[in-house]
Amino acid sequence: MKGILKIAFKLLVNDKGKYAALLVGITFAVFLMVQMISIFSGILIKSSSTVINLGADMWVMDPAVNNVASSIPLPDYVLDAVRSIEGVNYAVPLYSGAALVKLRNGIFQPVTILGLDDHSLFGRPELIEGEIEDIYAENAFIVVQDAEVRKLGHPTVGTEFELNDHRGVIVGIAKVGASGLFGLPTLYTTYSKAIQYIPSPRFTISYILVEPKSPEAVTHIESEVRRLGYLALTKDEFMEKIANFYKYQTGLGTNILIMTAVSFLVGLSISGQTFYTFILENLEKFGALKAIGAKGRELIYMILFQAAFTALVGYGLGVGLCVLIIVLAKIRVPEYSATVTFTTLAFAFVMVLIIAAISSYIGIRKVLKIEPFDIFRG
Amino acid sequence: MDTAISAKELTKWFGEGDLRTYAVKEVSFDAYFGEILFVVGPSGSGKTTLLSMISGILRPDSGTVNVDHVDIWSLTPDQIAEFRLNKVGFVFQDYHLFPRLTTAENVAIPLILKKKDWNESIRDAEHYLDVVGLKNKAQLAPVKLSGGEQQRVAIARALVAQPDLLIFDEPTASLDGDTGRRIMEFVKNRILNDSRCILIVTHDSRIFEYADRIMRMEDGKTVGIEKRADH
Ligand SMILES: Nc1ncnc2c1ncn2[C@@H]1O[C@H](COP(=O)(O)OP(=O)(O)OP(=O)(O)O)[C@@H](O)[C@H]1O
Ligand SMILES: [Mg+2]
Repeated sequence: MKGILKIAFKLLVNDKGKYAALLVGITFAVFLMVQMISIFSGILIKSSSTVINLGADMWVMDPAVNNVASSIPLPDYVLDAVRSIEGVNYAVPLYSGAALVKLRNGIFQPVTILGLDDHSLFGRPELIEGEIEDIYAENAFIVVQDAEVRKLGHPTVGTEFELNDHRGVIVGIAKVGASGLFGLPTLYTTYSKAIQYIPSPRFTISYILVEPKSPEAVTHIESEVRRLGYLALTKDEFMEKIANFYKYQTGLGTNILIMTAVSFLVGLSISGQTFYTFILENLEKFGALKAIGAKGRELIYMILFQAAFTALVGYGLGVGLCVLIIVLAKIRVPEYSATVTFTTLAFAFVMVLIIAAISSYIGIRKVLKIEPFDIFRG
Repeated sequence: MDTAISAKELTKWFGEGDLRTYAVKEVSFDAYFGEILFVVGPSGSGKTTLLSMISGILRPDSGTVNVDHVDIWSLTPDQIAEFRLNKVGFVFQDYHLFPRLTTAENVAIPLILKKKDWNESIRDAEHYLDVVGLKNKAQLAPVKLSGGEQQRVAIARALVAQPDLLIFDEPTASLDGDTGRRIMEFVKNRILNDSRCILIVTHDSRIFEYADRIMRMEDGKTVGIEKRADH
């Protein structure tokens, strides 16, 4: 067995031109598929950045919300009602909205404002400079050190600015896990200051962040909130809802899907075609092997081995190239969002196996059909 | 002499309906260990078809073939493949060497198919390349060799698994007269032995002198087997 696979290997890689063409086809397909899906995964993670960064176990919201940035204010009684649901450890309001900052040099910059519950500061970020208590000081804001912070002119503790015609001052610098999708810097402040600085409609609570007493309480809380006419979601459910919004309601997902299918087809046709020519060119030789006494099964193993080996090498090259490009792009463009997930890698792997399977199926059919007699007759 | 091959009433048809004709019709003959039997006849007379049925490559429509007292067409397809691998050495008219493998690797193929260890197979292959006088060409690609040398590589590949039966189809057709004779000289003196039977199809009357017996075919039938006078 090992011996004939070694022959198959030599037939494949010694034919350098064809082997290179095969690898190019598969590498190209893998690269495009992984790249495309990774960019989309990156966008999805960014679109849920607030949910990830605040870290609350459960979120209560208006049922019409489909995206964390476009919140729909909740009346104050909902907060009290949620607090009185059995199984709720605590529930706090969150303000999430946009404001306009005027920098010292006169330039305007839109920002995202997150107002944390005054008593608990639940969801507060990790500070790399300053003290969290300073957030209670007059006009105090904490700025997030992410890819967008340079748009505020790299503020430091003590930097002053105007926010919707109020004075603002930076009292701390925070770091967070994920940065946002819309390219806006983020400022944290307290809930009460946020609603005081930012003109609001009648209701001011954007979300209610809930900590259940135990994981078992989650379903009960969800159904009680539903009876109130509102929606409670766990962190993962909320992220999935946001992802679904971008996947199915913005056209983004469909486009990525189409591009992925096109990459797959292009890769399949290049590799399938090349593999087919490779088999055709060696067909007489496979026939001679058959005449000498190779069994059909052994020829199948040889072809499967050649296809699988090419697929694996092409897969490795494609993924490697993709990671390289993403790393390079991230060095040049800090906001560049692309995340290679295991699901993406597994998906691309399955697609490559399908390419290999189709290519070898065509080859195997050809090889099984040759009659040694025709080879013998010449 | 021991009977190597016993063919009885071999018949092969080709085509369908009105186009249906026989390539070989009711051919019977015996061949013996230790002899070189030539099969000669005009083009289309059924020589290749006959040899294919004898060597386990083409199933006859009727008739039987016994090789070394085994009725080969009663075996399963896998057993027939085993039979070809273990008992028969083929030299095809256009050699069918793998251009991407070295000469030694080409020669080693039957042993590798027999699951012999790779390095041992290559060593045996080099021995047989030595036998056919190509010891120093073992690492070259076959395309770097002349026609006569490629023919000898094909012969080494046919010999490497030490088959009882050697089948040559037009071994000298694409060689010049001298090279052809040298190959036949070599086959007769170095390859033929008492436990081997060699069947050669040829048009080439220049090499008839190397036959022990000559079987003539016409229109799918044998028209007689003659022993060569000096044998
Ligand atoms: N696969 C096939 N389908 C149809 N007819 C065939 C097939 N193989 C052989 N024949 C026919 O059978 C007859 C014998 O063919 P075969 O190849 O055995 O002749 P041959 O004596 O070897 O000829 P040559 O000297 O030209 O090689 C020919 O008429 C040929 O056309
Ligand atoms: Mg012929």
